[in-house]
Amino acid sequence: MAINKNGTGYTFGFAIVMVVVVGAALAATAISLKPLQQANAADKKMMDILGAIKVDAQRDNAKELFAEYVTSRVAIDASGTQVSVKQGEVNATDATDPFNINIKKDYRSHKPANGDLSWGNADDLNFPVFECQKEGETYFVVPMVGSGLWGPIWGYVALEGDMQTIYGAKFDHKTETPGLGAEIKEDFFTVKFEGKTLAEVGPTYFSVLKGGAVTNEHSVDGITGGTITSKGVDEMLNRTMGIYLKYFNNEQRAQR
Amino acid sequence: MSTDTNTAVETKRESLFSKKNRKLLKDPLDDSNPITVQVLGICSALAITVQLQQAVIMSLSVLFVMIGGNVIISLLRNLVPDRIRIIVQLVVVASLVIIVDQVLKAFQPDISEKLSVFVGLIITNCIIMGRLEAFALGNKPGPSLLDAIGNAMGYAWILLVVSVVREIFGSGAISLPGMGQVKFLPSSWFISEGGFYENNNLMILPPMALITVGLIIWIQRSRNQALIEEN
Repeated sequence: MAINKNGTGYTFGFAIVMVVVVGAALAATAISLKPLQQANAADKKMMDILGAIKVDAQRDNAKELFAEYVTSRVAIDASGTQVSVKQGEVNATDATDPFNINIKKDYRSHKPANGDLSWGNADDLNFPVFECQKEGETYFVVPMVGSGLWGPIWGYVALEGDMQTIYGAKFDHKTETPGLGAEIKEDFFTVKFEGKTLAEVGPTYFSVLKGGAVTNEHSVDGITGGTITSKGVDEMLNRTMGIYLKYFNNEQRAQR
Repeated sequence: MSTDTNTAVETKRESLFSKKNRKLLKDPLDDSNPITVQVLGICSALAITVQLQQAVIMSLSVLFVMIGGNVIISLLRNLVPDRIRIIVQLVVVASLVIIVDQVLKAFQPDISEKLSVFVGLIITNCIIMGRLEAFALGNKPGPSLLDAIGNAMGYAWILLVVSVVREIFGSGAISLPGMGQVKFLPSSWFISEGGFYENNNLMILPPMALITVGLIIWIQRSRNQALIEEN
Protein backbone atom coordinates (compact mmCIF):
# COMPACT_ATOMS: atom_id res chain seq x y z
CA MET A 1 0.00 0.00 0.00
CA ALA A 2 1.50 3.26 -1.08
CA ILE A 3 1.33 6.11 1.38
CA ASN A 4 0.23 9.48 0.10
CA LYS A 5 3.10 11.64 1.31
CA ASN A 6 1.17 14.83 0.79
CA GLY A 7 -2.03 13.71 2.45
CA THR A 8 -3.25 15.61 5.47
CA GLY A 9 -3.22 12.53 7.69
CA TYR A 10 0.37 11.69 6.83
CA THR A 11 1.47 15.30 7.36
CA PHE A 12 -0.15 15.43 10.78
CA GLY A 13 1.22 12.03 11.71
CA PHE A 14 4.73 13.05 10.68
CA ALA A 15 4.51 16.28 12.64
CA ILE A 16 3.27 14.52 15.77
CA VAL A 17 5.94 11.81 15.67
CA MET A 18 8.63 14.42 15.02
CA VAL A 19 7.57 16.61 17.93
CA VAL A 20 7.44 13.65 20.33
CA VAL A 21 10.90 12.40 19.30
CA VAL A 22 12.47 15.86 19.40
CA GLY A 23 10.78 16.71 22.69
CA ALA A 24 12.05 13.54 24.32
CA ALA A 25 15.59 14.10 23.04
CA LEU A 26 15.71 17.69 24.28
CA ALA A 27 14.21 16.83 27.64
CA ALA A 28 16.78 14.08 28.11
CA THR A 29 19.63 16.46 27.24
CA ALA A 30 18.35 19.18 29.55
CA ILE A 31 17.84 16.85 32.50
CA SER A 32 21.19 15.12 32.15
CA LEU A 33 23.12 18.40 31.92
CA LYS A 34 21.22 20.26 34.63
CA PRO A 35 23.49 19.37 37.60
CA LEU A 36 26.55 20.62 35.73
CA GLN A 37 24.82 23.84 34.72
CA GLN A 38 23.63 24.49 38.25
CA ALA A 39 27.13 23.96 39.59
CA ASN A 40 28.41 26.44 37.01
CA ALA A 41 25.77 28.99 38.00
CA ALA A 42 26.64 28.57 41.69
CA ASP A 43 30.35 29.07 40.92
CA LYS A 44 29.53 32.20 38.98
CA LYS A 45 27.45 33.54 41.85
CA MET A 46 30.33 32.92 44.27
CA MET A 47 32.73 34.68 41.89
CA ASP A 48 30.42 37.69 41.74
CA ILE A 49 29.99 37.87 45.52
CA LEU A 50 33.76 37.60 46.01
CA GLY A 51 34.23 40.19 43.27
CA ALA A 52 32.20 42.69 45.30
CA ILE A 53 34.72 42.39 48.16
CA LYS A 54 37.54 42.56 45.59
CA VAL A 55 38.65 38.97 45.82
CA ASP A 56 39.53 37.76 42.36
CA ALA A 57 38.14 34.23 42.07
CA GLN A 58 38.20 31.86 39.14
CA ARG A 59 35.80 29.02 38.46
CA ASP A 60 38.20 26.41 39.80
CA ASN A 61 38.86 28.10 43.16
CA ALA A 62 35.54 29.91 43.72
CA LYS A 63 34.29 27.33 46.22
CA GLU A 64 37.40 27.40 48.43
CA LEU A 65 37.65 31.19 48.41
CA PHE A 66 33.95 31.51 49.14
CA ALA A 67 34.31 29.22 52.15
CA GLU A 68 37.35 31.21 53.25
CA TYR A 69 35.89 34.71 53.08
CA VAL A 70 32.13 34.38 53.51
CA THR A 71 31.52 33.67 57.16
CA SER A 72 27.73 33.47 57.27
CA ARG A 73 24.77 33.67 54.98
CA VAL A 74 21.72 35.44 56.37
CA ALA A 75 18.19 35.50 55.00
CA ILE A 76 15.98 38.47 55.88
CA ASP A 77 12.35 39.19 55.08
CA ALA A 78 10.96 42.35 53.52
CA SER A 79 10.64 44.11 56.89
CA GLY A 80 14.34 43.63 57.58
CA THR A 81 13.97 40.90 60.18
CA GLN A 82 16.45 38.06 60.15
CA VAL A 83 14.81 34.78 59.15
CA SER A 84 17.64 32.28 59.06
CA VAL A 85 21.41 32.01 59.21
CA LYS A 86 23.62 29.40 57.61
CA GLN A 87 27.30 28.80 58.01
CA GLY A 88 29.76 26.36 56.54
CA GLU A 89 29.53 24.59 53.23
CA VAL A 90 27.03 25.74 50.64
CA ASN A 91 24.45 23.09 49.86
CA ALA A 92 23.13 23.67 46.36
CA THR A 93 20.04 21.55 46.93
CA ASP A 94 19.00 22.98 50.30
CA ALA A 95 16.18 25.45 49.66
CA THR A 96 16.56 26.99 53.12
CA ASP A 97 20.16 28.00 52.42
CA PRO A 98 20.17 31.78 51.85
CA PHE A 99 22.74 31.19 49.10
CA ASN A 100 20.01 29.53 47.05
CA ILE A 101 17.55 32.43 47.24
CA ASN A 102 17.06 33.43 43.64
CA ILE A 103 16.23 37.12 43.75
CA LYS A 104 16.25 37.33 39.96
CA LYS A 105 13.36 34.90 39.88
CA ASP A 106 11.61 36.70 42.76
CA TYR A 107 12.04 39.98 40.92
CA ARG A 108 10.39 38.55 37.83
CA SER A 109 7.37 37.34 39.77
CA HIS A 110 7.09 40.48 41.93
CA LYS A 111 8.05 43.06 39.36
CA PRO A 112 7.35 46.56 40.67
CA ALA A 113 5.95 49.25 38.40
CA ASN A 114 8.47 51.34 36.47
CA GLY A 115 9.94 54.04 38.70
CA ASP A 116 8.51 52.44 41.82
CA LEU A 117 11.31 52.35 44.36
CA SER A 118 9.80 49.71 46.60
CA TRP A 119 9.43 46.01 45.99
CA GLY A 120 5.74 45.75 45.15
CA ASN A 121 4.43 43.01 47.44
CA ALA A 122 7.61 41.57 48.83
CA ASP A 123 6.07 40.31 52.07
CA ASP A 124 6.47 36.67 51.13
CA LEU A 125 10.04 37.07 49.87
CA ASN A 126 13.38 36.53 51.55
CA PHE A 127 16.55 38.41 50.72
CA PRO A 128 20.07 37.08 51.28
CA VAL A 129 22.95 38.94 52.96
CA PHE A 130 26.48 37.56 52.82
CA GLU A 131 28.68 38.42 55.77
CA CYS A 132 32.34 38.35 54.82
CA GLN A 133 35.63 38.62 56.66
CA LYS A 134 38.59 39.95 54.75
CA GLU A 135 41.85 40.97 56.40
CA GLY A 136 40.14 41.39 59.76
CA GLU A 137 37.39 43.65 58.43
CA THR A 138 33.71 42.75 58.16
CA TYR A 139 31.85 43.34 54.92
CA PHE A 140 28.22 42.77 53.98
CA VAL A 141 27.51 41.75 50.40
CA VAL A 142 23.96 42.21 49.19
CA PRO A 143 22.62 41.09 45.84
CA MET A 144 20.31 43.27 43.81
CA VAL A 145 18.32 43.01 40.63
CA GLY A 146 16.52 45.47 38.40
CA SER A 147 15.63 46.33 34.83
CA GLY A 148 17.89 47.88 32.24
CA LEU A 149 16.89 49.01 28.78
CA TRP A 150 16.49 45.61 27.12
CA GLY A 151 16.43 43.13 29.95
CA PRO A 152 17.38 42.37 33.51
CA ILE A 153 20.43 43.83 35.21
CA TRP A 154 21.82 42.65 38.51
CA GLY A 155 24.72 43.16 40.80
CA TYR A 156 26.36 42.70 44.17
CA VAL A 157 27.27 45.59 46.45
CA ALA A 158 29.65 45.19 49.39
CA LEU A 159 29.17 47.50 52.36
CA GLU A 160 31.84 48.11 54.95
CA GLY A 161 31.43 47.31 58.65
CA ASP A 162 29.62 50.63 59.24
CA MET A 163 26.88 49.29 56.89
CA GLN A 164 26.88 52.57 54.99
CA THR A 165 30.08 52.93 53.04
CA ILE A 166 30.25 51.07 49.76
CA TYR A 167 33.38 48.95 49.62
CA GLY A 168 32.90 47.46 46.19
CA ALA A 169 30.27 46.84 43.56
CA LYS A 170 29.86 44.46 40.71
CA PHE A 171 27.14 44.77 38.09
CA ASP A 172 26.13 42.59 35.21
CA HIS A 173 23.42 42.51 32.61
CA LYS A 174 21.76 40.17 30.19
CA THR A 175 21.25 42.09 26.98
CA GLU A 176 22.25 45.75 27.40
CA THR A 177 23.71 47.53 24.38
CA PRO A 178 27.42 46.76 23.92
CA GLY A 179 29.55 49.87 24.33
CA LEU A 180 26.72 51.81 26.00
CA GLY A 181 24.54 50.26 28.71
CA ALA A 182 26.66 47.13 28.78
CA GLU A 183 29.51 49.21 30.24
CA ILE A 184 27.95 48.95 33.70
CA LYS A 185 29.88 45.73 34.17
CA GLU A 186 33.22 47.40 33.44
CA ASP A 187 35.59 48.43 36.22
CA PHE A 188 35.70 52.13 35.29
CA PHE A 189 32.04 52.37 36.26
CA THR A 190 32.09 50.22 39.39
CA VAL A 191 35.16 51.89 40.96
CA LYS A 192 33.18 55.12 41.13
CA PHE A 193 30.96 53.53 43.78
CA GLU A 194 33.83 52.70 46.08
CA GLY A 195 34.07 54.87 49.17
CA LYS A 196 30.70 56.50 48.54
CA THR A 197 28.08 56.24 51.26
CA LEU A 198 24.37 55.52 51.34
CA ALA A 199 22.14 58.33 52.60
CA GLU A 200 20.56 57.65 55.97
CA VAL A 201 17.05 58.55 54.93
CA GLY A 202 15.25 57.31 51.85
CA PRO A 203 13.65 56.76 49.53
CA THR A 204 16.72 57.89 47.57
CA TYR A 205 19.71 56.38 49.26
CA PHE A 206 22.01 56.66 46.30
CA SER A 207 21.83 58.21 42.83
CA VAL A 208 23.34 57.48 39.46
CA LEU A 209 23.24 60.88 37.80
CA LYS A 210 22.97 61.88 34.19
CA GLY A 211 25.45 63.80 32.10
CA GLY A 212 28.36 65.25 34.04
CA ALA A 213 26.23 66.42 36.96
CA VAL A 214 28.09 67.31 40.13
CA THR A 215 28.31 64.20 42.25
CA ASN A 216 28.50 64.07 46.02
CA GLU A 217 29.14 61.28 48.51
CA HIS A 218 25.72 59.76 47.76
CA SER A 219 25.93 59.71 43.96
CA VAL A 220 28.01 58.73 40.95
CA ASP A 221 28.08 59.80 37.31
CA GLY A 222 26.08 57.57 34.97
CA ILE A 223 27.15 56.24 31.58
CA THR A 224 26.89 58.47 28.54
CA GLY A 225 24.56 56.90 26.00
CA GLY A 226 23.41 54.42 28.60
CA THR A 227 20.93 56.65 30.37
CA ILE A 228 18.19 54.09 30.80
CA THR A 229 20.60 51.41 31.98
CA SER A 230 22.17 53.89 34.43
CA LYS A 231 18.73 54.77 35.67
CA GLY A 232 18.07 51.05 36.07
CA VAL A 233 21.15 50.77 38.30
CA ASP A 234 19.90 53.76 40.29
CA GLU A 235 16.46 52.24 40.80
CA MET A 236 17.84 48.81 41.57
CA LEU A 237 20.17 50.21 44.25
CA ASN A 238 17.46 52.24 45.95
CA ARG A 239 14.80 49.59 45.74
CA THR A 240 16.99 46.84 47.18
CA MET A 241 18.75 49.05 49.71
CA GLY A 242 15.33 50.14 51.01
CA ILE A 243 14.90 46.62 52.29
CA TYR A 244 18.48 45.89 53.33
CA LEU A 245 18.88 49.14 55.25
CA LYS A 246 15.97 48.15 57.50
CA TYR A 247 17.97 45.07 58.43
CA PHE A 248 21.23 46.97 58.80
CA ASN A 249 19.59 49.59 61.03
CA ASN A 250 18.25 46.82 63.26
CA GLU A 251 21.71 45.27 63.36
CA GLN A 252 23.37 48.57 64.24
CA ARG A 253 20.90 49.21 67.00
CA ALA A 254 21.59 45.76 68.35
CA GLN A 255 25.31 46.43 68.33
CA ARG A 256 25.04 49.67 70.24
CA MET B 1 23.93 -12.14 -2.67
CA SER B 2 26.85 -11.34 -0.45
CA THR B 3 29.07 -10.39 -3.36
CA ASP B 4 26.34 -8.05 -4.54
CA THR B 5 26.28 -6.12 -1.31
CA ASN B 6 30.07 -6.05 -1.22
CA THR B 7 30.30 -4.43 -4.63
CA ALA B 8 27.52 -2.05 -3.67
CA VAL B 9 29.45 -0.97 -0.60
CA GLU B 10 32.61 -0.62 -2.62
CA THR B 11 31.04 1.52 -5.30
CA LYS B 12 29.51 3.63 -2.56
CA ARG B 13 32.84 4.01 -0.84
CA GLU B 14 34.48 4.88 -4.08
CA SER B 15 31.85 7.43 -4.93
CA LEU B 16 32.16 9.07 -1.51
CA PHE B 17 35.54 10.40 -2.55
CA SER B 18 34.83 10.80 -6.22
CA LYS B 19 35.71 14.02 -7.96
CA LYS B 20 32.19 15.30 -7.61
CA ASN B 21 32.19 14.65 -3.88
CA ARG B 22 35.60 16.20 -3.35
CA LYS B 23 34.19 19.28 -5.00
CA LEU B 24 31.45 19.30 -2.33
CA LEU B 25 34.12 19.58 0.30
CA LYS B 26 36.41 21.99 -1.50
CA ASP B 27 34.07 24.44 -3.18
CA PRO B 28 32.62 26.03 -0.03
CA LEU B 29 36.12 26.72 1.21
CA ASP B 30 36.81 29.04 -1.69
CA ASP B 31 34.68 29.35 -4.84
CA SER B 32 31.30 29.25 -3.13
CA ASN B 33 32.34 30.25 0.38
CA PRO B 34 29.21 30.90 2.42
CA ILE B 35 30.56 34.11 3.96
CA THR B 36 32.75 35.76 1.37
CA VAL B 37 30.95 34.70 -1.82
CA GLN B 38 27.37 34.04 -0.79
CA VAL B 39 27.58 36.63 2.01
CA LEU B 40 25.54 34.53 4.45
CA GLY B 41 26.00 34.20 8.19
CA ILE B 42 27.59 37.63 8.34
CA CYS B 43 25.78 38.60 11.53
CA SER B 44 27.52 36.04 13.72
CA ALA B 45 30.79 36.43 11.83
CA LEU B 46 30.90 40.09 12.82
CA ALA B 47 29.68 39.65 16.38
CA ILE B 48 31.75 36.85 17.85
CA THR B 49 35.16 37.32 16.24
CA VAL B 50 36.64 39.51 18.98
CA GLN B 51 38.51 36.54 20.44
CA LEU B 52 39.80 33.36 18.83
CA GLN B 53 38.36 31.11 21.54
CA GLN B 54 34.85 32.35 20.83
CA ALA B 55 35.34 31.81 17.12
CA VAL B 56 36.62 28.27 17.69
CA ILE B 57 33.63 27.32 19.86
CA MET B 58 31.22 29.00 17.45
CA SER B 59 32.78 27.17 14.50
CA LEU B 60 32.53 23.83 16.27
CA SER B 61 28.90 24.56 17.17
CA VAL B 62 28.04 25.40 13.58
CA LEU B 63 29.94 22.33 12.37
CA PHE B 64 27.91 20.12 14.71
CA VAL B 65 24.57 21.67 13.78
CA MET B 66 25.42 21.66 10.07
CA ILE B 67 26.47 17.99 10.02
CA GLY B 68 23.57 16.89 12.23
CA GLY B 69 21.03 18.89 10.25
CA ASN B 70 22.26 17.84 6.83
CA VAL B 71 22.51 14.15 7.68
CA ILE B 72 19.17 13.96 9.50
CA ILE B 73 17.30 15.83 6.79
CA SER B 74 19.01 13.73 4.14
CA LEU B 75 17.97 10.52 5.92
CA LEU B 76 14.40 11.80 6.22
CA ARG B 77 14.28 13.25 2.72
CA ASN B 78 11.87 10.61 1.40
CA LEU B 79 9.62 10.82 4.44
CA VAL B 80 9.23 14.56 4.93
CA PRO B 81 5.89 15.85 3.63
CA ASP B 82 6.54 18.64 1.14
CA ARG B 83 4.10 21.04 2.70
CA ILE B 84 5.83 21.17 6.07
CA ARG B 85 9.42 20.62 4.98
CA ILE B 86 10.64 24.04 6.09
CA ILE B 87 9.08 23.54 9.51
CA VAL B 88 10.70 20.13 9.76
CA GLN B 89 14.09 21.64 8.88
CA LEU B 90 13.55 24.38 11.40
CA VAL B 91 12.65 21.91 14.15
CA VAL B 92 15.71 19.77 13.42
CA VAL B 93 18.05 22.79 13.39
CA ALA B 94 16.46 24.34 16.47
CA SER B 95 16.76 21.11 18.48
CA LEU B 96 20.41 20.70 17.51
CA VAL B 97 21.10 24.31 18.48
CA ILE B 98 19.40 23.86 21.85
CA ILE B 99 21.54 20.78 22.48
CA VAL B 100 24.68 22.76 21.60
CA ASP B 101 23.58 25.62 23.85
CA GLN B 102 22.92 23.29 26.79
CA VAL B 103 26.23 21.48 26.34
CA LEU B 104 28.14 24.79 26.18
CA LYS B 105 26.40 26.01 29.33
CA ALA B 106 27.46 22.83 31.09
CA PHE B 107 31.04 22.53 29.88
CA GLN B 108 32.16 25.97 28.64
CA PRO B 109 30.14 28.39 30.81
CA ASP B 110 32.41 31.40 30.28
CA ILE B 111 32.46 31.14 26.51
CA SER B 112 28.75 30.36 26.48
CA GLU B 113 28.24 33.64 28.32
CA LYS B 114 30.32 35.57 25.81
CA LEU B 115 28.57 34.01 22.82
CA SER B 116 25.25 34.83 24.54
CA VAL B 117 22.48 35.05 21.98
CA PHE B 118 24.63 34.09 19.03
CA VAL B 119 24.46 30.37 19.81
CA GLY B 120 20.69 30.62 19.65
CA LEU B 121 20.96 32.64 16.46
CA ILE B 122 22.64 29.70 14.70
CA ILE B 123 19.02 28.67 14.07
CA THR B 124 18.55 31.64 11.80
CA ASN B 125 21.94 31.25 10.15
CA CYS B 126 21.04 31.16 6.45
CA ILE B 127 23.98 28.87 5.69
CA ILE B 128 22.35 26.01 7.56
CA MET B 129 18.77 26.33 6.37
CA GLY B 130 20.14 27.05 2.91
CA ARG B 131 22.13 23.82 2.75
CA LEU B 132 19.25 21.77 4.14
CA GLU B 133 16.82 23.09 1.57
CA ALA B 134 19.23 23.20 -1.36
CA PHE B 135 21.27 20.08 -0.79
CA ALA B 136 20.23 17.64 1.92
CA LEU B 137 16.62 17.36 0.73
CA GLY B 138 17.78 16.04 -2.64
CA ASN B 139 20.90 14.03 -1.85
CA LYS B 140 22.04 10.92 -0.02
CA PRO B 141 23.48 11.13 3.52
CA GLY B 142 27.09 10.58 2.35
CA PRO B 143 27.33 13.57 0.03
CA SER B 144 25.20 15.58 2.46
CA LEU B 145 27.76 14.91 5.17
CA LEU B 146 30.56 16.14 2.92
CA ASP B 147 28.52 19.17 1.90
CA ALA B 148 27.92 19.96 5.58
CA ILE B 149 31.60 19.63 6.50
CA GLY B 150 32.60 21.73 3.50
CA ASN B 151 30.21 24.56 4.24
CA ALA B 152 30.85 24.57 7.97
CA MET B 153 34.60 24.68 7.35
CA GLY B 154 34.10 27.44 4.79
CA TYR B 155 32.32 29.40 7.51
CA ALA B 156 34.86 28.43 10.14
CA TRP B 157 38.07 29.44 8.41
CA ILE B 158 36.79 32.95 7.74
CA LEU B 159 35.75 33.24 11.39
CA LEU B 160 39.12 32.01 12.59
CA VAL B 161 41.12 34.31 10.33
CA VAL B 162 39.03 37.36 11.23
CA SER B 163 39.21 36.61 14.95
CA VAL B 164 42.98 36.02 14.90
CA VAL B 165 43.49 39.37 13.15
CA ARG B 166 41.13 41.17 15.50
CA GLU B 167 42.50 39.64 18.67
CA ILE B 168 46.15 40.22 17.80
CA PHE B 169 45.70 43.85 16.87
CA GLY B 170 42.83 44.63 19.25
CA SER B 171 44.01 42.90 22.42
CA GLY B 172 47.63 41.95 21.71
CA ALA B 173 46.73 38.40 22.64
CA ILE B 174 45.60 35.02 21.41
CA SER B 175 43.12 32.82 23.21
CA LEU B 176 42.10 29.21 22.86
CA PRO B 177 39.28 27.40 24.66
CA GLY B 178 40.51 25.87 27.88
CA MET B 179 43.75 27.84 27.84
CA GLY B 180 42.47 31.34 28.39
CA GLN B 181 43.93 34.44 26.81
CA VAL B 182 47.69 34.61 26.34
CA LYS B 183 49.04 38.14 26.05
CA PHE B 184 52.28 37.87 24.11
CA LEU B 185 53.34 41.52 24.11
CA PRO B 186 55.45 42.54 27.12
CA SER B 187 53.43 44.95 29.25
CA SER B 188 56.35 47.42 29.26
CA TRP B 189 55.64 48.10 25.58
CA PHE B 190 52.32 49.76 26.30
CA ILE B 191 51.96 53.53 26.52
CA SER B 192 50.22 53.18 29.87
CA GLU B 193 53.41 51.54 31.19
CA GLY B 194 55.71 54.07 29.55
CA GLY B 195 56.20 52.20 26.28
CA PHE B 196 55.27 53.03 22.70
CA TYR B 197 52.49 50.62 21.83
CA GLU B 198 48.73 50.87 22.13
CA ASN B 199 46.11 48.27 21.24
CA ASN B 200 43.86 49.30 18.40
CA ASN B 201 40.48 49.63 20.05
CA LEU B 202 38.75 49.92 16.69
CA MET B 203 39.68 46.29 16.09
CA ILE B 204 37.45 45.18 18.96
CA LEU B 205 34.44 47.02 17.54
CA PRO B 206 32.13 45.34 14.99
CA PRO B 207 32.96 47.65 12.03
CA MET B 208 36.50 46.29 11.91
CA ALA B 209 35.15 42.76 11.50
CA LEU B 210 33.26 43.92 8.44
CA ILE B 211 36.39 45.58 7.07
CA THR B 212 38.47 42.45 7.74
CA VAL B 213 35.90 40.29 5.94
CA GLY B 214 35.98 42.86 3.14
CA LEU B 215 39.76 42.53 2.88
CA ILE B 216 39.45 38.73 2.65
CA ILE B 217 36.87 39.14 -0.13
CA TRP B 218 39.22 41.55 -1.92
CA ILE B 219 42.17 39.16 -1.74
CA GLN B 220 40.01 36.23 -2.78
CA ARG B 221 38.59 38.02 -5.81
CA SER B 222 41.88 39.35 -7.03
CA ARG B 223 43.23 35.78 -6.90
CA ASN B 224 40.16 34.29 -8.52
CA GLN B 225 38.86 36.65 -11.21
CA ALA B 226 35.99 34.28 -12.04
CA LEU B 227 34.23 35.39 -8.87
CA ILE B 228 33.88 38.98 -10.03
CA GLU B 229 30.37 39.62 -11.34
CA GLU B 230 29.96 41.51 -14.58
CA ASN B 231 27.94 44.66 -14.41
